Amino acid sequence: MALERWFRRGRPTRVDDDATPAGLWMKCSACNVQIYRKDLVSNLHVCPECGHHYRMPVDERIASLMDEGTFDRWSGALAPEDPLEFVDTEAYPDRMARVQGKQGRPDAIVTGEGRMHGEPVAMFVMDFFFAGGSMGSVVGEEIARAAERAADRGLPLVGLAASGGARMQEGALSLMQMAKTTTALESLNDLGLPYISVLTDPTTGGVTASFATLGDLVVAEPKALICFAGPRVIQQTIKQELPEGFQRAEFLLKKGMLDDVIERKDLKRKLVRYIRLLLDRPIELEREDAHVAGV
Amino acid sequence: MSLEFEKPILDLESKIRDMRTYGEEQGIDLTSEIGVLESRLESLKQETFASLTRWQRVQVARAPGRPTGLDYVNAVFEGFEELHGDRTLGDDPAVVTGLAKLAGRSVVVIAQQKGRDTKENIHRNFGMSHPSGYRKAMRMFDLADKFGLPVVALIDTPGAYPGIAAEEQGQAWVIAASIQRMSRLRVPAVSVVIGEGGSGGALAIGVANRVLILENATYSVISPESCAAILWRDASQAERAAEALKLTARDLQTLEIVDRVLDEPVGGAHRDPEATMRQVGDALREELDALAPLDATELVRQRRSRFRRLGRFTELEAAASEVPDTRLD
Repeated sequence: MALERWFRRGRPTRVDDDATPAGLWMKCSACNVQIYRKDLVSNLHVCPECGHHYRMPVDERIASLMDEGTFDRWSGALAPEDPLEFVDTEAYPDRMARVQGKQGRPDAIVTGEGRMHGEPVAMFVMDFFFAGGSMGSVVGEEIARAAERAADRGLPLVGLAASGGARMQEGALSLMQMAKTTTALESLNDLGLPYISVLTDPTTGGVTASFATLGDLVVAEPKALICFAGPRVIQQTIKQELPEGFQRAEFLLKKGMLDDVIERKDLKRKLVRYIRLLLDRPIELEREDAHVAGV
Repeated sequence: MSLEFEKPILDLESKIRDMRTYGEEQGIDLTSEIGVLESRLESLKQETFASLTRWQRVQVARAPGRPTGLDYVNAVFEGFEELHGDRTLGDDPAVVTGLAKLAGRSVVVIAQQKGRDTKENIHRNFGMSHPSGYRKAMRMFDLADKFGLPVVALIDTPGAYPGIAAEEQGQAWVIAASIQRMSRLRVPAVSVVIGEGGSGGALAIGVANRVLILENATYSVISPESCAAILWRDASQAERAAEALKLTARDLQTLEIVDRVLDEPVGGAHRDPEATMRQVGDALREELDALAPLDATELVRQRRSRFRRLGRFTELEAAASEVPDTRLD
């Protein structure tokens, strides 16, 4: 049966690790130029030579968007369970314990509130370095709570997606987080509060097919991979080469799926402008020039 | 066509048939011998189907001859009028939509449709929708809201189609939009998983007030084959993946993902489609009767809170948290 064959041949979506490499010096994976690691980090993990956007650690991401000292973390009090008693090459609780230790948080997300150019906002940031940013019950619940708490406090919500999709180890419960996050966002919609979704590399599967694309505005970082089915799955299904730049942010912008593609250095300023424009408030930023560089 | 584990049952059935023919031809009375075999057949069926593994249920859910969306539409509903097209891109044959009567009331029907033979399977793309299919479903949600008609959604798909055009037309975007649109319905909505509930492509029409599932149907975040390919880099480990994913009707009931499991005739829906469809028809009438008194506000509230509750996690004591805090300036 063709379908069986298709599934059997289907290889996993594996997204190459595009974290900033360790070491004092590194070669940019996009332009091959030798760069000083510190320069890359201080440049928001964007190559100073070619502008390639590396994946950004969550803490640095928040620091780059929130005014210094204003971020108040909400998440962190929820931990995953093992409702399926799932074992693959490793038992799910062991896998989680290992990643929790490495990433220093109970699951693949941080939420909280703070100020951006003085503007109070709620925010969630997904951690791709935590089990591929996969969405299980905790990630879904943290996003739902963040949306509801933002609504309670009359705050706009900014979400940064980075995820391989729904987490297999929690089975259909992970799938249900797509509906849960979607319904929780209604608390913002009911009050006319903005939710702006920023898609970063990579945003795939059940995350793309739920809250991440339900923003009032949906923007992406340059070259970010954004898809429902990953490129490898598609390639194995159709047995032909994929078009140049397929499923990358710029491609999706052309296809009409995004409001804009925004460089990391401009992200904070743009987000604040969007929020103020949506809420019909003055858009001038204090000390705007000082903030153009981001942090 | 038969499933591997059905072979002993089918062998016995054909033996009984042969014996009957032989008896008739030879004018011999084999009633008691046949009776013995028939009771053995009955207990063999009971035994086999009482202890199906998850992987076997996956096969039953996909079995040729299992009633498909259109079979239900024709058997359970009266006066079905198919309505085509998403008004933007085209008409997706993998989703059949329209208006019909059920127990005297008009309803909007949305059915994911697999083929009943190879030719139809190709036409229906094996029940895998393109964005157009979800747009068509959303058009039906609008129609249902305007005319105050209940929605019945029949879920049976391996998943949303993973292809170039599907991605370019925003497969993820339409699935998200359909989830949202369905959650906003101001009319009663009942979804029934009749075969395969394949991931987001199934959930897109699964955000109902009541979610029912047939005994041998499955509902999963990923197909066992794809799951095995990722976890063990070997799609032939699908059986193991099916066990791990806990994707059967009873599993899902335990996890509170489905509200009600509908029994199938012994031997599976494909061995007795009529009885299965009657069962689903009865359940749908009951569910719609029960939802009928609720007003629009209550229906939306109930549906939202039904899905808002789903998930399993532990609330850590703030002070006792073993997991270090994220340090931020």
